[in-house]
Amino acid sequence: MSLTSLTATETVAGIKSGKFSAEEVAKAFLERTAKLKHLNIYVHLEPEVVLNQARGVDSRLKAGENVGPLAGLPVAIKDLICVEGEPTTCGSRMLQGFRPPYNATVIEKLKAAGAVLYGKANMDEFAMGSSTENSCYGPSLNPWDPTRIPGGSSGGSAAAVAAMTAPVSLGSDTGGSIRQPAALCGLVGLKPTYGRVSRYGLIAFASSLDQIGPFTWNVPDMALLMEAISGGDDRDATSIPEAVPAYSSEIEKRPEKLRIGVVREFFGEGLDPEVAAAVQETIKVYQKLGAEIKEVSLPHSKYGIAAYYIVAPAEASSNLARYDGTLFGHRAKDYSPANDAEKELPALVRMMMATRAEGFGAEVKRRIMLGTYALSAGYADQYYNKALKVRRLIRNDFEKAFAEVDFLIGPTTPTPAFRLGEKAANPLAMYLSDIYTITTNLAGIPGLSMPCGLSSEGLPIGVQLVGPALSETALLQAARLYERETDWHTRRPNLTV
Amino acid sequence: MATENKAPYTMVVGLEVHVQLLTESKMFSWTGTEFGLPPNTLCDPVNLGMPGTLPVMNGKAFNMALKTALACGCTISRYTKWDRKNYFYPDLPKKYQISQYDLPFSLGGSLPIPMDKEGNGGGSVRLTRIHLEEDTGKMIHTAGQESEVDLNRAGTPLMEIVSEPDIRSAVDARLCLEELRLTLRYLGVSDCEMQEGSLRCDANVNLHIDTPAGKVATPIVEIKNLNSFRAVERALNYEAERQYRKWQEDGLTIKDAPKETRGWSDPDGITKLQREKETAADYRYFPEPDLLPVVVDEAWIERLRAEVGELPRDRRKRFETAFGLSEYDANVLVEQGKAVADYFDAVVARTDQYKMASNWVQQDVLRTANAMGITVENFPVGPETLADLISRVGRGELNTQQGREVLAKLVEAGGSGSLEAIIDAGGFKMVSDEGPIREAIEAALASNPKAMEDLKTGKKKPDAIKGFLRGQVMKATGGKANPTLVGQLLDAKLAELEQG
Repeated sequence: MSLTSLTATETVAGIKSGKFSAEEVAKAFLERTAKLKHLNIYVHLEPEVVLNQARGVDSRLKAGENVGPLAGLPVAIKDLICVEGEPTTCGSRMLQGFRPPYNATVIEKLKAAGAVLYGKANMDEFAMGSSTENSCYGPSLNPWDPTRIPGGSSGGSAAAVAAMTAPVSLGSDTGGSIRQPAALCGLVGLKPTYGRVSRYGLIAFASSLDQIGPFTWNVPDMALLMEAISGGDDRDATSIPEAVPAYSSEIEKRPEKLRIGVVREFFGEGLDPEVAAAVQETIKVYQKLGAEIKEVSLPHSKYGIAAYYIVAPAEASSNLARYDGTLFGHRAKDYSPANDAEKELPALVRMMMATRAEGFGAEVKRRIMLGTYALSAGYADQYYNKALKVRRLIRNDFEKAFAEVDFLIGPTTPTPAFRLGEKAANPLAMYLSDIYTITTNLAGIPGLSMPCGLSSEGLPIGVQLVGPALSETALLQAARLYERETDWHTRRPNLTV
Repeated sequence: MATENKAPYTMVVGLEVHVQLLTESKMFSWTGTEFGLPPNTLCDPVNLGMPGTLPVMNGKAFNMALKTALACGCTISRYTKWDRKNYFYPDLPKKYQISQYDLPFSLGGSLPIPMDKEGNGGGSVRLTRIHLEEDTGKMIHTAGQESEVDLNRAGTPLMEIVSEPDIRSAVDARLCLEELRLTLRYLGVSDCEMQEGSLRCDANVNLHIDTPAGKVATPIVEIKNLNSFRAVERALNYEAERQYRKWQEDGLTIKDAPKETRGWSDPDGITKLQREKETAADYRYFPEPDLLPVVVDEAWIERLRAEVGELPRDRRKRFETAFGLSEYDANVLVEQGKAVADYFDAVVARTDQYKMASNWVQQDVLRTANAMGITVENFPVGPETLADLISRVGRGELNTQQGREVLAKLVEAGGSGSLEAIIDAGGFKMVSDEGPIREAIEAALASNPKAMEDLKTGKKKPDAIKGFLRGQVMKATGGKANPTLVGQLLDAKLAELEQG
């Protein structure tokens, strides 16, 4: 077995035991990455920087130092997580050349745990999209079928692991941006409880919804990563100070309670029959494992997409206002008046306008306009404030459900990976690919997607488990329980290199 | 009030005051807040609004704001939150200001307007609200096409205090601001230096005019660029006259015209219309998702209430009731700042000559300190020594003039000389023996026959003549004579001469 097909747990164990070096691991991934360039996974990757980190780990190991739980493990990073001195561009023209002078808290935690920061993974611009087609670098391709998208917005992070160019990666999830690509790429993806992982250094799309989480091949790897990156942070007021459980040593235990709610609303119109069948199979596995299965209802989930596409763009319109060419990032070179009306405007205003016109792509502009409108005087009550009310109702739905069951189960996505360009011209169809994931962001609760089947075309299918706030341990235990009974998590795409 | 009352209108003024808090670090990040450093040296990734950074609330700033609200008798909100105020301007790195919109931390409250010498002031001004926010940077418009921005100020904790339109004159507006500054300095929450921008004020003003058809109100004008308290007073008086003339010309009332913004030009002494934006600003306020709402409980409030201490208004009252000072004297001692009132308190703790202590602190101490260009904290004569000196004067051991000379010598000695030694060395003992004083009176009368002449013919007022003669006697006794005794003996002598 080659070094690139090992799980993270195996990789770290191998490096620590001296079976192979961190440098050998890094080299193996770099070589494979070089051969898979056509998948367009990385937007920035400097082999020397990677190798130097790996060599550092090796020499510390040799010196007998404690190198941490992720010793020598390469971790691909979504291009919106700040790494000091490295390009961090959010898949946007707007941030070309931007190198933050600080690390995100998760980056500091990864480094402290001995991880090797691998490349910056492609993504939809500013995390807005479900396919990576909104990236200024062009789409990443799905390693299972390069005519299809890997999902998004963290599509590059998902493809990185699925293509075995990195053993694990970090993404971010605002409405499904980890779980949807994890499902479409046959991986385990977790959106933690809002606040479980610090957002400091995560370039904001929608602050009240964004959350960083890992992509891994299996649950033990997920536990390993989550243990390293979770925790309260003085630099993020919304982070949760609660101590981080020892996920890794907890996951083999059976969850204390195993009452699983099947969400009625998640099996309706638009759900691919193959996906539905795979999820039903999963439910049967749980039943065999002694789970109590109940049908539950989340009556307000049908308003989830509508509420999300007001709240998220509203916050985005404000978060992205800073990209105006004054302090950092792209600045338009030519901002001479484009028409007579612009002649009246001060040069500064024309510069800001031209910068934003050039720097942002179509989807980002669409959402900035949506959000600006939703917050405008006279419209805020109809849109933004109403969406906040819906958000509360959705939260209440979950609370009611969790009074009866311990987990919710349903498909992660309505369909397996779609073809490049299939939905690019239809934003609404694209938005609907997050229909099952979006409500957990609105409620701030954790959701985990794991592989549960392959379609007749050989495409991965994901099932989603959702738990109440801070239920990550139980969620991982429940996922692990299933994983031990099945082998979907061991399937790899057929990629010729 | 006196002068304004003659005007055919009532001025109606409300204030909006921005106060920078005296914290070590910014409202939501870690760099300092010093004034006057080279541009863009007080910057960190958070206050530059760099991608991925997050604000964290400065708890000290919040406590200072709470103290201010408690001092003004405001109602503290038990649940308060932060909001984003969105607008594009280069002095605002994030292109939104973290502020408080619909749930400010403080509502209501009031500020007293102290009375001045002329009898202006009195009463109080209700406050609408106080909220916290972050300051913006500063634009520096140079002559050329380019503008420069200094972001040192960006993120400095800023408290906005909004008053109700309760003020009825320009003087009252100034007095109210002086009281606010004094209160904030007492609390130690701001240095309130208008020149450095740590206190900034905008005033909203219009007129209520009585007409045969009833009362009409002129359109409201917001005056900006008020860079001193004197400017506030001048601008309001100017604006009142301008609005009245304008109303006489066009008859426009508050119902006919929108609020306009005018800038005060101090050198010209006029307000000028500021360029209005084509469309009304829409700040698209919404709750700041990066910060948690703040829940303030009773224990927190009580802890800070204990830190508020005695406020200027309470101190004035105490000076009046405990030491029998007039409202005016009490105010002079208090309005000079905490150090002066503390000094006075330390003096009267050691002498029962309250009135004299008030006079000496107001006149001798402050005048000398001012002349020396020092503050009262650095005045070379401590309150203990001054109290001792005043007590001696009170007991008649020295007369007032001698007391002043002793004080001057103490100051000269830089506070190092002992009071006793200076009195002994200078022979500063008041002469209350009648003999030498009588002799001096005889001598004064003998060498000034014209004075007696004038008294007899009534050419000059008797008081003036007596004053002159008293001066001669004091001079002859080297200033040591007991002035009361001199007066009594002189009166007796003159009466004797008149009868004789």
